[in-house]
Amino acid sequence: MRELLCNSTYFGVLISLIGYGLGVVLKRKFKKAIFNPLLVSIIFVIAALLVLGVDYESYNNSAKYLSYLLTPATVCLAIPLYQQLELLKGNYKAILGGIVSGALASFISVFALAKLFNLTHQQYVTLLPKSITTAIGMGVSQELGGIVTITVAVIIITGVLGNIMAEFVCKLFRIKEPVAKGIALGTSSHAIGTVKAMEIGEVEGAMSSLAIAVTGLVTVLGASFFANLM
Amino acid sequence: MRHIKQFGIILGVSFIGEVLKYFIHLPIPASIYGLVIMLLLLITKVVSIEQVKDTGSYLIEIMPVMFIPAAVGLITMWNELKALWLPLFVITVVTTVIVMAVAGRVTQFIIRMEKRQKE
Repeated sequence: MRELLCNSTYFGVLISLIGYGLGVVLKRKFKKAIFNPLLVSIIFVIAALLVLGVDYESYNNSAKYLSYLLTPATVCLAIPLYQQLELLKGNYKAILGGIVSGALASFISVFALAKLFNLTHQQYVTLLPKSITTAIGMGVSQELGGIVTITVAVIIITGVLGNIMAEFVCKLFRIKEPVAKGIALGTSSHAIGTVKAMEIGEVEGAMSSLAIAVTGLVTVLGASFFANLM
Repeated sequence: MRHIKQFGIILGVSFIGEVLKYFIHLPIPASIYGLVIMLLLLITKVVSIEQVKDTGSYLIEIMPVMFIPAAVGLITMWNELKALWLPLFVITVVTTVIVMAVAGRVTQFIIRMEKRQKE
């Protein structure tokens, strides 16, 4: 049985979908942010793998076909963005201002907390690109001499946390404008936050998609300056 | 046939993204080049929205599940994370909230300021 599961082409994709479906059902039933479908599916799959004795590599041999679609799906984020182009043009100052301040807030808060926790220079630069999309973040971390695997882990955790906390944070800080919500999500939690923005609304999703690219760029430009501070 | 054509265009743009990544030595993934190229193709009307919309909406709809494999992969990093997990977790939660709040509030502030100026 175990061997069958480990060698299956479909098992990994299937339990991922089941976990996500379970999360959607729980969310609908209990209406609590903690039953975030993405979080539920991650915990469900990890638990299933441990119980069934399937290692990550075997799981990923099947589940990698889900990751395969990530690039074409990201390309498609241009479609809602195009549909909101007028809104983008009309609000470009607010959008750029929001993204640049968000990226600066990321650098400054990481710097302050790294000081507080007495992190080493290497640990500090590992965390600097935490808010941006994985592939750009890996590159930045590598260039600054960070630990790339930890950067990847922190980027993913940031995305999942952003996805879970989005509605709560927007309510707490009274962020009500759809454009502002989208920028908040994309700037703080890249593509995984954007998925949540898409659920909230078309404008939110489009603005969040834009913020992924622009935040990535701003972070590439600013990271080396902030890396030298500690 | 409709979906074949649409998926073809989307994969074509993804491939151009890969080509750019290969030639430009920056830490920018093929997907981001692809996003920008798709946007330019739509703006210049080389590709119409109808030519990519159905497959595009489908891919965006199923996008959340595409992050599951990478997130489950965190279990393989546990050995590297465990020494630092507490500061990492606190820093990640706090900075994510701060960035979200700042980016959202600043955007909202400027939008509302511009609205007031127009009135």
